Amino acid sequence: MEKSYDKISLKAAALRILGEVKEFKKDSILTPVFMILEVVCEMIIPFLMSVIIDKGVTAGDLNAIYRTGFLMIITALCGLTAGMLGGKYGASASAGLAKNLRASMFRRIQLYSFENIDKYSTAGLVTRLTTDVTNVQNAYMMLLRMFMRAPSSIIVAMFMAFMISPRLASIYLFAVIVLAVFMGFIMSRATKYFTATFEKYDALNESVQENVSAIRVVKAFVREDYENDKFKKATENIYRMFVKAEGTVVLNMPVMMAAVYTCILLISWLGAHMIVVDELTTGQLMSLLAYCMNILMSLMMVAMVVVMVGMSEASAKRITEVLDEEPVLRQKSDPIGTVADGSITFDHVEFSYAGQSGDPVLKDIDFSVKSGETIGIIGGTGSSKSSLVNLISRLYDVTKGSVSVGGIDVRDYDIHKLRDSVAVVLQKNELFSGTILENLRWGNENATEEQCRRACEIACADEFIERMPDGYYTHIEQGGNNVSGGQKQRLCIARALLKKPKILILDDSTSAVDTATDAKIRKGFSDELPDMTKIIIAQRISSVQSADKIIVMDNGRIDGFDTHENLLKNNVIYRDVFESQNGGSGDFDEKGGE
Amino acid sequence: MAGEKVKEIGGMRRGRGQRPKVKNPGKLFARVMGYVLSRYTLQMIVVIVCIFIGVLANVQGTLFMQQLIDSYILPMLQNKSSDFGPLAAAMTKVAGFYAVGVIASFTYQKIMIYVGQGTLLRLRNDLFVHMESLPIKYFDTHAHGDIMSIYTNDIDTLRQMISQAMPQFLNSVIMVVSVIASMIILDVPLTIVTLLMVGVMLFTSGQLGKRSGKFFHDQQASLGSLNGYIEEMMNGQKVVKVFCHEDAAIEEFDKRNEALYRSAYNANTFANFMGPVNAQLGNLSYVICAIVGGILALNNIGTLTLGKLASFLTFNKSLNMPISQVSMQFNSVIMALAGAERIFSLLDETPETDDGYVKLVNAEIDKDGNIIETEKKTDIWAWKHYHKADNTITYTKQQGRVDFLGVDFGYDEKKIVLHDIKMFAEPGQKIAFVGSTGAGKTTITNLINRFYDIQDGKIRYDDININKICKGDLRRSLGMVLQDVHLFTGTIKDNIRYGRLDATDEEVIAAAKLVNADGFIRRLPNGYDTMITGDGASLSQGQRQLLSIARAAVADPPALILDEATSSIDTRTEKIVQNGMDQLMKGRTTFVIAHRLSTIRNSDCIMVLEQGRIIERGSHDDLIAQKGRYYQLYTGNKIAQ
Repeated sequence: MEKSYDKISLKAAALRILGEVKEFKKDSILTPVFMILEVVCEMIIPFLMSVIIDKGVTAGDLNAIYRTGFLMIITALCGLTAGMLGGKYGASASAGLAKNLRASMFRRIQLYSFENIDKYSTAGLVTRLTTDVTNVQNAYMMLLRMFMRAPSSIIVAMFMAFMISPRLASIYLFAVIVLAVFMGFIMSRATKYFTATFEKYDALNESVQENVSAIRVVKAFVREDYENDKFKKATENIYRMFVKAEGTVVLNMPVMMAAVYTCILLISWLGAHMIVVDELTTGQLMSLLAYCMNILMSLMMVAMVVVMVGMSEASAKRITEVLDEEPVLRQKSDPIGTVADGSITFDHVEFSYAGQSGDPVLKDIDFSVKSGETIGIIGGTGSSKSSLVNLISRLYDVTKGSVSVGGIDVRDYDIHKLRDSVAVVLQKNELFSGTILENLRWGNENATEEQCRRACEIACADEFIERMPDGYYTHIEQGGNNVSGGQKQRLCIARALLKKPKILILDDSTSAVDTATDAKIRKGFSDELPDMTKIIIAQRISSVQSADKIIVMDNGRIDGFDTHENLLKNNVIYRDVFESQNGGSGDFDEKGGE
Repeated sequence: MAGEKVKEIGGMRRGRGQRPKVKNPGKLFARVMGYVLSRYTLQMIVVIVCIFIGVLANVQGTLFMQQLIDSYILPMLQNKSSDFGPLAAAMTKVAGFYAVGVIASFTYQKIMIYVGQGTLLRLRNDLFVHMESLPIKYFDTHAHGDIMSIYTNDIDTLRQMISQAMPQFLNSVIMVVSVIASMIILDVPLTIVTLLMVGVMLFTSGQLGKRSGKFFHDQQASLGSLNGYIEEMMNGQKVVKVFCHEDAAIEEFDKRNEALYRSAYNANTFANFMGPVNAQLGNLSYVICAIVGGILALNNIGTLTLGKLASFLTFNKSLNMPISQVSMQFNSVIMALAGAERIFSLLDETPETDDGYVKLVNAEIDKDGNIIETEKKTDIWAWKHYHKADNTITYTKQQGRVDFLGVDFGYDEKKIVLHDIKMFAEPGQKIAFVGSTGAGKTTITNLINRFYDIQDGKIRYDDININKICKGDLRRSLGMVLQDVHLFTGTIKDNIRYGRLDATDEEVIAAAKLVNADGFIRRLPNGYDTMITGDGASLSQGQRQLLSIARAAVADPPALILDEATSSIDTRTEKIVQNGMDQLMKGRTTFVIAHRLSTIRNSDCIMVLEQGRIIERGSHDDLIAQKGRYYQLYTGNKIAQ
């Protein structure tokens, strides 16, 4: 499947990610430095070991053992220090990179406009901020600690081996080249298999997810066996793919071992010849054999790191995509800071969502609203009611025409100032974990408890809040899960009211509130907040019929804009909706409404 | 609904890879092994033998290195001979052993792939099949994220343990044992010295592990806190924008992000210490052995010779690697066991019990009016009732009569949410439930199809106690359209056919037409073959709801439960759907839940529920005349008129 981040090149992604290292540059440089230091110490040790054998044990010289042993302990201590420091700086550098990546992404997302947010799913953004960052963090640590360590280990060991005997060491060189080619081949094939397998694996997990959330449907239709069969087929498939992928990787093992063993045998054989003719000592032979293991193990390590880093490639690209996403809405350089009043004018507005093909979502919208008026909006699902009101607080920009608030084009305002004056209660609204009071103060962080109480009274939220054990200090769970839908909507309205907006937009915000309360809220608005312009999107006619004027939306156009009485007379759609809600089964039906 | 709430509140976020506390690791390990062995006994024996051969080949190689010097090179040097014959013979032997070793290692790794993946295959299938058999209550009381993480995280750690950690662990242990054995043969005192150093190594890594474990715990806690915050903010990102709350969000984020950095830094630092510390302790062990051995050999204490000391030092060196591997693998085994614990706890959940024996069968009615069971597909269904007492079978025509007799129910036994529900639905009647959120409307319908079992009273379906009916048959006879629509990955056609798997394409289309879904489906790019992914995210709420109604329509059940089936369809579209729905409801017993009163006013009987009790019942006109709660609700609808 083509992914949106596939077109980002690996180089671009790597550069973007490395650009976030920032204050952890020092740590990032020190890590490989210490790792190399550790490697050097580690390579000296086999040499010292051979000295212990040659000069000490074989020669029977205890002092030589002491001396060399002492040197070896010093070297070991150096190695220990270097290793620990490398570990410490590596941890700091990678955890730091992760921190910076998260911070940059989070800040970037805060700059996003609605259009940008629409592009990603919530789950997608969360994954990028969590799992993907962790992947990159681990890969970076591997890279800093191992990627430098392993090759330098190979180089140093090779150097030491050549110092001892160039002739024998050339065997290693040959083995390394052969193995590198072979492992490169295997790993690239295995990576391909694994990528394919993991994709299938994700699909499998998605289907489990589907079953968990739709368990009632499965059980209601008695489809357990059907789902079981479907699942088993998928797992069978994954089993075969995994066996194939792992079967390829496992080929590494015999080749690797064969190489090690061949080297050992060859070195022993040739070494024995050289010792006999005094070209080599036994101790040197021992250390050569030690280097053999070191070199080939490091090679294995390199292969592993390459695979691991390769696996985080997709994560790096996904992160880069978020970081490089340009916020669509730009503010003018000298924005206007105050909104004069709550009047609204739509001037021949046309609007399409980004990347959308076909007809625009809104066509030729042209109307104005006086400050303080109450406007109802009604229309079927998909008739673009929400799209219309979203333009008022400049959540999106118009494609053609203009929207003005308080007589000035919304694009000329400071976005924050505009949005503080135009409060929107979104259709899909959210409360955040914290007390009710904390949630309310999103509207105005300096609001007194009294002001909050007042807003809740208007939104008819006070009645249930007071019944709660801790009243206004009741804790709201994440996503507002411990309040009912209707309570949540009322809290969201109260929160919006605290902004003391000039325009209040309710986007189907009382759908879960019973009709009596709904009416009470609207009455509260007109009694308490007469100067505020109110725009109410609703499904129920009863919610809008008392409005000054009602907009009837149909398929992205305004089909009617008038009072309830006039619309009933002149507007077919409006009358239809009205009858379907109030006419019922035909008891009081006027025969043949049209 | 109530259940959903329980789940959310109870759904604690589980930190991924949290330093686990396993209650009974021995028993768990045995259970995992039992699970693997029950199917792969032979393979596992071969694997162990092969690992053993592989290790032996390796050890004999190490031993040979010693002989190379002591038995071949040194004698040659002393004799000034250059007869490489014995050496060549010995090396051929070693090469042979090596070859066997390589083959053995390759064999066991290859087998382990099949064993590991095969076990996982079986485990996944067992998990899924078992999960499908669990009662709804399980899904109510477990956060879906937690169930999912069993399939992803826990299975993955177990996969690593079975196919990597365990063989390597075995490998290392055998290696350690055989090396120590060889050491003991060479020299006991030096072996003791070496083992002391091994003790120090194990102790130090234990200490380091404990330290880093504490920090890993902190890291998980701060990771959980940050992830929770990220999730919440991403969900509410649009609200953040609308309230210009960006700066406050960043401030809080930075606080948690910094905390995570601190703990991640500490945790990884200690984890990174493990490698160098172990390696250098190994080197220290080497030096100490060399010195002690040198003193012993040169002063002729014990039986140690210089040649033996040289061999011993080689062994000392080859001990370090497997020891540090053992401690590493031990960690990953413990991690995997924590996952195994969760996997087995799902497998140990009691499945939905089904003691029902009354079955739903196709039936014909013969000339005399008797009901006869038939293999043919007929429009008539009958309950096949086997009476144990007199060993007879009776058939009852399935009509769709539902009786509730004094039913009490609670999601947990202590808290009853439905009290003394009495109601009678004649075949073909439309029964509606109204009441505020949480009054118990959905709960009642979930009792009819036995998603939950009642605490007291009786529910009868065609005069048969529903406890006696096979759950599958009971549910098959009840079509359900749920409040939350769930679609499955697949084509539109597949999704509608979910209601009846053997429905023909024509039947699928007819069902879609019946509920007025045909129009929008045809406008989709591939019509009925359009793929749906991600729970139908590309469709509107109303379209998804229409599909779920079509799904019930194709099932053609004698009774229907419509739980807010039209709530997300706007009233104008609803009017169109309503015709289809009326068609669908014709001749079927239907239970309707709706908050839109226009949907329910033509019901035969309306039940008004409040706090788990039926407080009013009757037809629309009766209830209006009563001027009770229903009247209030109804007139509230028109309050502003």
